[in-house]
Parts: sequence; C-alpha cells; structure tokens
Amino acid sequence: MNAKATHTILLATSLMGLALSHGALAQDTVKIGSVLSVTGPSSFLGEPEDKTLKLYVDKINAAGGVAGKKIELVIYDDGGDANKARTFATRLIEDDEVIAMVGGTTTGSTMAMIPVFEDAKVPFISLAGAIEVIDPVRKFVFKTPHTDKMACEKIFEDLKKRNLTKIGMISGTDGFGASMRAQCVKVAPNYGMQILIDENYGPRDSDMTAQLTKIKNTAGVQAVVNPGFGQGPAIVTRNYAQLGMTNIPFYQSHGVASKSFIDLAGPAAEGVRLPAAALLVGDKLPESDPQKKVVTEYRQAYEGATKQPVSTFGGHAYDGLFILVEAMKRANSTDPQKIRDEIEKTKGFVGTGGIVNMSATDHLGLDLSAFRMLEIKGGDWNLVASGS
Amino acid sequence: MRALVNQRFVTLAILAVVIAVLPLAFPSSYYFRVASLVWVSALAAIGLNILMGQAGQVSLGHAAFFGIGAYAVAIGPTHLGIPPWAALLFGALLSGVLAYLVGRPILRLKGHYLAIATLGLGVLVALVITTESRWTGGPDGMPVERLTLFGWRVSGSYTWYWVTGGLLLIGTWIALNLDETPTGRAFRALHDSEVAAQVVGVDVARFKLQAFVIAAIYASLAGSALAFMNGFINPDQAGFLHSVELVTIVVLGGLGSVVGSIVGAAVLVTLPQALTVFQEYEHLLLGLIIIVAMIFMRNGIVPSLSNLLLRRARS
Amino acid sequence: MAEFLQFLISGLTVGAVYALVALGFTLIYNASGVVNFAQGEFVMLGGMVTVFASAAGLPLPLAALVAIAAAVAIGLMLHRFAIEPARGASAVTLIIITIGASILLRGVAAIVFDKQFHKLPAFTGDTPVDVLGAAVQPQSFWVLGGTAVVVLGLYVFLEHTLLGKAVLATAANRLAARLVGINTTTIMALAFGGSAAIGAIAGILVTPITLTSYDVGTLLALKGFAAAMLGGMGNPVGAVVGGLLLGLLEAFGAGYLSSTYKDAFAFLVILIVLFAAPQGLFGRRVVERV
Repeated sequence: MNAKATHTILLATSLMGLALSHGALAQDTVKIGSVLSVTGPSSFLGEPEDKTLKLYVDKINAAGGVAGKKIELVIYDDGGDANKARTFATRLIEDDEVIAMVGGTTTGSTMAMIPVFEDAKVPFISLAGAIEVIDPVRKFVFKTPHTDKMACEKIFEDLKKRNLTKIGMISGTDGFGASMRAQCVKVAPNYGMQILIDENYGPRDSDMTAQLTKIKNTAGVQAVVNPGFGQGPAIVTRNYAQLGMTNIPFYQSHGVASKSFIDLAGPAAEGVRLPAAALLVGDKLPESDPQKKVVTEYRQAYEGATKQPVSTFGGHAYDGLFILVEAMKRANSTDPQKIRDEIEKTKGFVGTGGIVNMSATDHLGLDLSAFRMLEIKGGDWNLVASGS
Repeated sequence: MRALVNQRFVTLAILAVVIAVLPLAFPSSYYFRVASLVWVSALAAIGLNILMGQAGQVSLGHAAFFGIGAYAVAIGPTHLGIPPWAALLFGALLSGVLAYLVGRPILRLKGHYLAIATLGLGVLVALVITTESRWTGGPDGMPVERLTLFGWRVSGSYTWYWVTGGLLLIGTWIALNLDETPTGRAFRALHDSEVAAQVVGVDVARFKLQAFVIAAIYASLAGSALAFMNGFINPDQAGFLHSVELVTIVVLGGLGSVVGSIVGAAVLVTLPQALTVFQEYEHLLLGLIIIVAMIFMRNGIVPSLSNLLLRRARS
Repeated sequence: MAEFLQFLISGLTVGAVYALVALGFTLIYNASGVVNFAQGEFVMLGGMVTVFASAAGLPLPLAALVAIAAAVAIGLMLHRFAIEPARGASAVTLIIITIGASILLRGVAAIVFDKQFHKLPAFTGDTPVDVLGAAVQPQSFWVLGGTAVVVLGLYVFLEHTLLGKAVLATAANRLAARLVGINTTTIMALAFGGSAAIGAIAGILVTPITLTSYDVGTLLALKGFAAAMLGGMGNPVGAVVGGLLLGLLEAFGAGYLSSTYKDAFAFLVILIVLFAAPQGLFGRRVVERV
C-alpha cells in the first residue's frame, strides 16, 4: 500500500469516527476548550484564569448547565510556550472536538493558535492583551481584555489633562511590555506627547536603578510610564522610590492590575496611577454604576473560593466564558458557526472589564470608558476623579 | 564492513516502515501534529548528536541555529521577498557560515568552557531576535508564509507529517553514513581522546569545526520546517530552554546513537502530552522521569537497552 | 560620580547573588565533577521557604534558619537519591540528572507553595541611605556583607579545618583522595549540603530586593554558571570575582550603553575573555593525558 492510499483510508476512517463520536457526545455535554499559561513566566496571569474558568463552569453545571447541556471544560497548560500552545490547540480541535475556546494567556501563544481555530472554524475568545489579536479582525477570533493601545491612550489622556507632555518610558522586554511600548510610541504624537528617553529591562531583571538613574538625569522629564507585567513593575516602582523620584508622576499599566502589585511594591506604590478595569475598585463604585453588581459578585466568588486577591486577569476569563455562554444560549445550538455569529452580536454585555458591544468590525467591543484611571492611595486602589 | 552496511540499511528501513505505518494507529490529525513535532525535534537532535556524541563537544546554545532557520523562512519571504524555499536554503547557509566563523575560536575551548561559549552565542542570537521587533515581531513572534513548491501549497497536519518524516529519513541516512566515513571515524577518535587523535594525524580542529557546521545546518533545517509547519514563530524556539531540551533529547536517547536521538525526541515531545492528565503534577513527574531514566539508563535509552538485549541474547 | 556610584552599587548587589550561585556551582563541581543546574532552585527554596514560614507565624530569623535547613535537606537528598545512584556515569549524564532535578523541584514548589510572586521585608528598613549622592537600599549592605561572611567562612573552612582540607584534596584528585582514606562520598554529600546552604542564604538575603517566586531559579542558574565559567570553573575566588564582574557588566552596560542589550554586552565580554584566556580568569590549566 502506498503512502497516499494509507492517507486516504485513514482520513476516511477518522472522519467516520469523528461523525460517530459527535453524535454520541451531543446528547448531554458540550466541550469548551482552553489553553492557558498556568505555569511558566506568565503563570500569575494563567493561574487566576484557570481558577476562574473551573470555578464558574462548576457553578454553571450546578445550576443545570447551558440550555440543558452540561459543560465539560478541557484545560491544557502551555507553560508559556507558543509552540506547545499550538499543539494543544490542535488537540482541542482534533481530539477533544471542542465547540469553542476561551484561553490564550499571552499574545504569543494566542497568535500561534489563531490559524488552528480559523482553519477549523471554531470560535476563539482570547485573554491576551495586544491589539494585533483583533486588528485586523479575524472571523473566529475575539478577545476580552482591553488592548495595550487603549491603555496608552488612557494614560496619555490623563497626562494631557495634567498638562504633562514630556515623558520617559521604561518597558519590560517581555511580550506584554514590548507590545505596549510599541503602541505607546505610535499613539504618543496624537496626544502631543514627547518621549524624551526610552529604557528597557529584561523580564527577570532584579534591579532597574541603572535605567531609572538615566531617566532621572534626563532634563525635562515630567512623567514616567512603565509598560510591563509580572514582578518587573513592582521592582521598578520600588527602585523609583529608592532613587527619590516620587515627585515625578509615575504611571503603571493594566499589566499590574492585581492587589499583589500593591503588596509587592509596598509603600513605594503610593501615588502611582494606572488604567484598569472597574473590578479592582468594585467597592468604591457608586451604586448607580452598571458594573457594580457583576464585579462585586465575581470578587466575592473568586476570593471566597481561592483565598487569593482578585485580579483583572481572572476577570478576563470570566468575561470570555460568559460572553460564550450567553452566545450559546442565544444560538440554542452547539454549532460553532452559529455560536460565532452570536458572539459577534454581543451587545450590552456587562462584564468585569466593561460593557461589551461587539460588531463585525470590532471583536473586542470595549471603548476607553471601560478603563478607569486609578491611583494608589493608602495601600488601596482609588478612582481618580475626572478632571484631576 | 558489509555487516555495517546492512545494519545501516536495516535501521533506515525500520524507520521508514515506522513512519509509514504509524498513521494507521492515529485516531485524529492531532496525532499527526505531535508525530511531526517528534520528527522535527529528532532532526535537530541528530545533528546535535554528531557534535556531542561523535565529536564529543557540548553545545548549550544550539537552539540559536534552530531559531536562525525558523526566522530565515519567516523574515525572508515577508520582508525581503525571497521565495520560501530559497529562504530555507539561505537560513541553512547562514547557520553554517555563522557556525564556521564562531566555531573557529569557540572550539578551541574544552568541556564546560565550550558549553558556556555556545550558551553565550545562544543568548546573543535569542536577544537579537527578541529585540529587533521591526524584523522579527519581537517577543510575540511573527507569522510565516506557507511553503509553496512548484505551485503546491504545503499545509495541513497530514502533509507535514510526511514532509517532516521524509526530512528525518534523509537526515538519518546522512548521519548514519557519516558514521562510517573517515570523517565519522575521526569524530569518534575525537570523542575518545583529542590528544590521541591528534597524535595519529587527525586534524582535530578541522573535524570539530566540521561537526559544528553540520550540526548547525541540521538545526537550521529543523527550525525552518517547524516554522513552515506552524505558520508562526516566536523567540522561545531560539532560547536557552530549547537548547537545554535539545541536549536532554540527545543524552536521554543516547550519545552517539542516531536512533537514540529519535527515541529521545519521541519521549521528550510526547511525555508532556501524556502527562497533561496529571495536571499540576505534570512538571514534577517530567523531572522525576528524566532523573530515573538517566540513573537506570546512564548511557541513554537506546544504547542501554540494546546492551541489555545483547547480554540477554548471549546468556 | 553619583551616577557611577549608583551603577556600581547596583551591579555589586546583583553580582553578589551571582557570586553566591557561582560559589555553589564551584563547591559541587570540585567535589564531584558535576555541574549542578539545580543550583538556582536552592536560591528559590531559600526565599520561598522563608516567605511561607514567616507567613505561618515564625519570626524572620527562625524562618530563615528553617529555609536553610530545608534547602540543605533537599541538597542532601539530591545527592543521595539522584547523584549517588548514578555514580560513574558520564559528566553529561549527570548534568541531565540535575536538569531533571531542577524541573522536579520547580514542579514541587509550584504545588507546595504557589505561583505568585512574594516579598520579604527588608532586614533593617526601606529608607535609602545616601552614599556620596547614590541612593542605596539598606538591604544591599546585607547582601554584600552576607556574601563576604559566606566567602570568608568558606575560606576558613577549606584552609583551616581537616574536613575542609579533605574537600580540597578530593577536588584536586578524587582517586588519590580515596587512596589516602578520605571518604569521598561523604565529601560529596557535604558539598551538596553546603552548596544548598549557600544558595538558600543568597535567596534569603536578596528576596527583600528582588522578590521571589517558584521559578526564579532557571535564570540564576544560567547567570551563576556564566559567572563561574568567567572566573574559571573550580576556583572559589574565580567564582566570586566572576559573579561580581557579571553584575557590574550588566549594571554599567545598562547605565552607559544600552539597557536593551545589557545581557548581550555581558555575554560578549565573557566570550572575549574565554577567547583570550580559555580557562577563565582564574582557571587551572588541565593537560589531557593519553
């Protein structure tokens, strides 16, 4: 038998097997897949995502599932390795036959997995930050976190209000930091921002005083922006205070939006500003705020179950899961194509990240209002009143 | 000599049969994907094994050449308008030339010093790839255009299974042949004792350099194949951890054993897939398996098992 | 001048940690010929165990002792259950075993502790000290002082105790040492325990500055190995000098050249040094016998 014949026979048998197993499965459960960086350098993002998905799928199933069907959640850990993520994506599609995916912790692994889901025509709701995930729009790819470009815009908007236009930047060279830095450099001219000095640090560096000393000694720097995630920004913040630079306004990104940042940076975090989702300041939102109920409930559920402080990263997974679940309910079907169409029609979905209005040209559905400008005061997040 | 030729032929034939028959046991194209990954890793490991097993030189930066091959086929067509197949050859050439240039001074170093020098080289290449984001897409990586050969668009898990399987066969054939040429014998002499080899007239420096260049080209081709297959590439593939993984494959499978590299790759690529059922215990078990395997099969899986079989057969 | 001092102290602080890791490498390498890639995990253990023990209510000094004890226990276990059974295997096989051990230890730490970042309070407050215009964290002095004490202690032990001399003898020639009645297995166990203790001390000293998590070990092992090679593998003085030099190269590279390429700069210097002095700065010249 030649190779081609083997191939054809195999294809036929596997297709038959596929059809059979689909028929059997469709009865009472429906599989949702996820590839997350539960270990590796992005584990502090992946871990809350993992816990959130498990927590809420259990809750949904306990309440009877979606349209009478229980959800079976299949999670794989890519360890932050995009090549592994790609293999697990294939596994989800080919082996587990999931009808949708909520996952992709980092932009790197998301970008590596996109072709798999596009080819298989299965909806993929990513939890990664960079704008390139949804720009250009791909038919089956959506995402829940605000883009890094929006974070830059929000920061620059705030700087403009304070009449500060000459800034210094210090960015991590990890995917998150590098991507956000590039977006900030790109949109800076739109806000009249001048970047006087542009420094970097490695994702595992333990001392950034050299870079900060250079920024400190650059004449005319009115504010400093630090795109980055993980432990890096906490060390930058501590070094910032160590060098006595706290009289220069300092901006972090949404990459540090978890209470552990305040905890790690300690008193040095006082006065730091950052754009982040309403989730962090749930208890400080006015009663009239539409997000108040959702963020308070999520926070209680997550902190109650995990005994760890809530982060916006887990919140992104919550939003992704419920955007999917609601789309499944509306579609009243397990057909990936129909679910995709309904995800795209998501309107007025109140999540932890903001109010989502998707369309054929916008697979994120959040605008700048979804971001709140926060300032750390007294060891806690505080909303910055608009106009100050 | 005749027996050796036959042995080589038998090895190749078995490998060919395995590649041809394995798909019969595959329930879905996910298995084709994993198998293709095994073939690609095995190809890179076979090359590294020529350097480590035959010439006795450790490289802790070999993923750099893997990365150069991968990024050559990513950057060439996207930024420079070079056709994908030409980019593949260009990547291999670049890796070979780089290995030649840096190999000359580096290979004067011995043992762990060679390891740290190659490690340094690996760190440098990975850093350039991560930093020069205008060309490489930075830490998040960049997409790779599909390979087209004479109008045939090479894509899909099935196709790549056969392409990478074919590449592995060719790579294995060359490595096995090399083993029996004067060059191969010189390599082995180097492994045993450099001074002794020198005394009997082996041009030590030249052969080490040759092994280094060959190993670099193998890694580069494997990198190109992976990049085409994934349609996407990121700097992890050029990083330190991938270098360590390649060395682990070679040693786990068996230094100096071509079949060992394939077995080592099979174990190290499929193990994490199999261990996912253990969830958070995955890494713990992976580490444990590596330790236990190396304690009980200290010469590597293939040499240790074949020794055991030989002893059984004799007694 | 203030700028130069700032870079200098930053480099020395980071370099002191590399030096301690390199010293750990050297100790084990001398006694057993093994390059222990799980060395970074000892640093992780020092930091993480201290964090969790003090969170459980132990006072900091006691928590630190618990951490050192835990690391030593694991170092001894590593030797007893992974290195000793593979006795006589080739050097590269032993390296792979230590790589397996490092994956294993990281996996265990992720389960026993967690995957979050953690901090320790600085031993003597966070108020920066002004040193001729450079702002220095008080903890930096602890790191530098602690490193000096460890190095000095090791020196006294090696040069002025019988046991220490046995270690040196084993390092010089394992077979000869065995012939004169030194139990080289005990010496090797001692080296693993001592090296684990040094790693743990480094972790405890530096965590208040650098924070810690279950996976900080990999990069430290890489940098520590580089430092040990730069100084000359097997030479304790070389390890310390190599570590400090590497830290200084990074800090001055980031300060005066480019913060993006500071690691490249450091490794470039290592390559150049090795081309000029193939045995490292303080390495022994080994002649291969036929």
